Amino acid sequence: MNLAYTLRLADDALIIGHRLSEWCGHGPILEQDIALTNTALDHLGRARSLCQYAAEQYNAATAEEKKNSFSSVAIQQLTEAGKQLTEDDIAYLRDGWDYRSLLLLEQPNIDWAFTVARAFYYDTFNYYFFSHLKNSNDTTLAAIAEKSLKEVTYHLRWSSEWVVRLGDGTDESHNRIQQAINELWQYTGEPFVMNDADNVAVSTGAGVNLADIQPLWTARIAEILQEATLTMPPAGSWMQQGGKEGRHTEHLGYILAEMQYMQRTYPGMEW
Amino acid sequence: MTNDKLNNSKNEWPLWEVFIRSKAGLDHKHAGSLHAADAQMAIENARDVYTRRMEGVSIWVVESKHIQASDPGEADSMYDPASDKIYRHPTFYNLPDEVKYM
Amino acid sequence: MSVHSFQEHFDNLIDRDVTIEPKDWMPDDYRKTLIRQISQHAHSEIIGMLPEGNWITRAPSLRRKAVLLAKVQDEAGHGLYLYSAAETLGISRDEMYNQLHTGKAKYSSIFNYPTLTWADMGAIGWLVDGAAIMNQVPLCRTSYGPYARAMVRVCKEESFHQRQGFEIMLTLSKGTDIQRKLAQDAFNRWWWPSLMMFGPPDAESPNTEQSVRWRIKRFTNDELRQKFVDVTVEQARVLGLEMPDKDIKWNEERGHYDFGTINWSEFYNVVKGNGPCNKQRIEARRKAWDEGKWVRDAAMAHAAKRKARQSEVKAA
Ligand SMILES: [Fe+2]
Ligand SMILES: [Fe+2]
Ligand SMILES: [Fe+2]
Repeated sequence: MNLAYTLRLADDALIIGHRLSEWCGHGPILEQDIALTNTALDHLGRARSLCQYAAEQYNAATAEEKKNSFSSVAIQQLTEAGKQLTEDDIAYLRDGWDYRSLLLLEQPNIDWAFTVARAFYYDTFNYYFFSHLKNSNDTTLAAIAEKSLKEVTYHLRWSSEWVVRLGDGTDESHNRIQQAINELWQYTGEPFVMNDADNVAVSTGAGVNLADIQPLWTARIAEILQEATLTMPPAGSWMQQGGKEGRHTEHLGYILAEMQYMQRTYPGMEW
Repeated sequence: MTNDKLNNSKNEWPLWEVFIRSKAGLDHKHAGSLHAADAQMAIENARDVYTRRMEGVSIWVVESKHIQASDPGEADSMYDPASDKIYRHPTFYNLPDEVKYM
Repeated sequence: MSVHSFQEHFDNLIDRDVTIEPKDWMPDDYRKTLIRQISQHAHSEIIGMLPEGNWITRAPSLRRKAVLLAKVQDEAGHGLYLYSAAETLGISRDEMYNQLHTGKAKYSSIFNYPTLTWADMGAIGWLVDGAAIMNQVPLCRTSYGPYARAMVRVCKEESFHQRQGFEIMLTLSKGTDIQRKLAQDAFNRWWWPSLMMFGPPDAESPNTEQSVRWRIKRFTNDELRQKFVDVTVEQARVLGLEMPDKDIKWNEERGHYDFGTINWSEFYNVVKGNGPCNKQRIEARRKAWDEGKWVRDAAMAHAAKRKARQSEVKAA
C-alpha cells in the first residue's frame, strides 16, 4: 500500500492548483490569465486522480491501517459509520495536520514574480520527480506520472521562460523576481528531505529516491537563473521543513478554511 | 491624457494572427488573433487560448502587421476573370459512364 | 468611387446578406456602433469572470471546481475573441480597457449583482448563460465577418456553460431541504436581473431598427426576452422550483407566458453605476491591469533585448 506516498503527491497538486486558481480573472493580461488557468487545471486534474487512488487504497485497508492513516475526526466518523471514502472526502475532510504538502506550495501568490518563482522551483522538481516516478512498480502511480510528465514539461517551459523574461526584462522586474527567488529559497530544501513515507516507497520500488534528483534540480535552476541574469541564493542556507509531516505555515489553515467551507458547513450532501 | 497616466503599457504587446492545423494532413486555418511579446510566446499563448479543446496539432503565428491583404475594391478585377474558366473544374468534362475511377 | 457609391455598394452587400470584412468600406456609424457593441460584449465577458471566480476556491467538490474553473476560463477566452474582433475595426485593446476602467464603457449590468451562495453558480449558468446564448446565437450570422466568426466560437463553448449550471440546480433541487432552499433563493435573486439582460423594452431602445438592418442585431429585446421566459418556465418546472414572479401565466391567445413588470428603474440605476457591486467589479479589473503593468513591460523589454542580441549575432 502506498497511501501515505499517494496522499503527499495529491496534496501538493491540490494546494498548488488552489493557489494558481486564485489568479483566474486577475492576471496581468488575458492571454496569461488563460495560460495560468490551464496549468491550474492540470494540477487539479492530477489532484483528483491521486485523491481517487488514495481513497481506493484507504477503503481497501485494514482497520488498523485506517486508524494509523489519519487523525482527522471527520474521516474517522465516516470510517466508523462504515462509509467508503471518495476523492472529495480526502480533499475536504482532512484537517491541516493530515495534509502532507510542501510548504513551498501554500505560500501566497503575492505578485506575478512570486507566483512565477514558486512555479519555477516546483515545476523543476516535478519534472525530474515524475521522470523517475514513471518507473514506479505501482502501476497507478506510474500511469499518473506518465501523463503528468507531459503537463509538467509544459509548466516548466512556461515558468522558466517567465523567470528569464522577468530577470532580463526591466530593472523593476529584475528586482522583483530576484526578491521572490531569494525569499522562496528557504522552502526549496524540503522537497528533497527523505521521510518515512519516502523511505518505505523507495524500498518497495514504488517511490523516487530524492537524492537522485536533487543535483539535477540544482543544475537546472542554476542554468536558468544564469540565463535570467539572476543570482542563485547561497547553498547551505537554512531550510524550512515540516509540511511533509503535517506541520504547516499559517497559510494552509486559510486555504483549507476556504476550500473546505461548503463540505464542512453542509456535511454529507451531494453537490 | 497621456498613455502613461492611463496606466497603459507604453507599448502594448503586438497582435498576432494564429493558424491552426486541426489534424494531421489538413491545412493550417486561421483561428483568430491574440497578443504576445514575441513569437515564442505567441505560439504558447495560441496553444493556451485556441487549442484547449483539442482543436489543433500544429500552430503557425505571424505578427498581424506583416499580413498583406488584397484590396476589396479590386475584387472585380481580381476574382471575376476566373468565373468563366469553368474548364478548370473536372465537372466540365463529360465522360461516358463506362469510364470508372476518373 | 464617391462616398455615395461606396455607401450604395455597402448597402447592397448588407441587403444581399454578404459579410462585411475589415478592409471593406463601411459607414462611420456602422464602425462606431460595432466597436461599441463588440467592446461592451467583450467587457461583459471579462467582468463576468469575477462573480463566478469568487467561488472557484470554495467549490464543494473537486469535479465542480474543475468545471467552474474551466468555465470562467472560457469567459476569458470569449473576451479575448471579442476584443480581437473589435481590434480589426481600428481600436486597440488597451484603449478599450481604458474605456472600461474609466467608466466610459458599459457592460452587462447582471454582473454587478453579488454571488452569495454556491447555488448562484447554478443560477448563473442556467439563467445568465442561458440568456446570453439566446442573445448571441443570432449574432453568429451578424453582418461583420470577424464578429460573426468570434461569435461562432463563443457559442460553441457556451453550450456547456448552461448545462453545467442547470446540472448544479438539478442536483440541489434533488438534494436536502437546505439545498432546495439555496436553489430557490438563487433563482429568486437572479430571475429579474436575467430578464433585464435583454435590454430596455423595444419602445425605449432607439438603436434597434438600424441595428436589425445591419444584422448587428437580429431580434428585438422584447422578442428575445419573451422567448427566454417561455423556455425558463418549463425548465423551472423540471427543477421543481417556484417562479419568482406571481404574474407568470400562460396566455393561450398569444401562445406565450405573460409575466410581471420589470423594475426598470433598478435596471437604469445598475447601468448608471448604482448596482450592489459596480465599484468592486471595476476596481478588481483596474487593480489586475495596473498591477500587471510591470509584467507586461518586462516582457516587451525582454523581447526587445533578445531581438537586439539576435541582430548583433547576425551582423557579426
Ligand atoms: Fe461567455
Ligand atoms: Fe457572452
Ligand atoms: Fe458563458
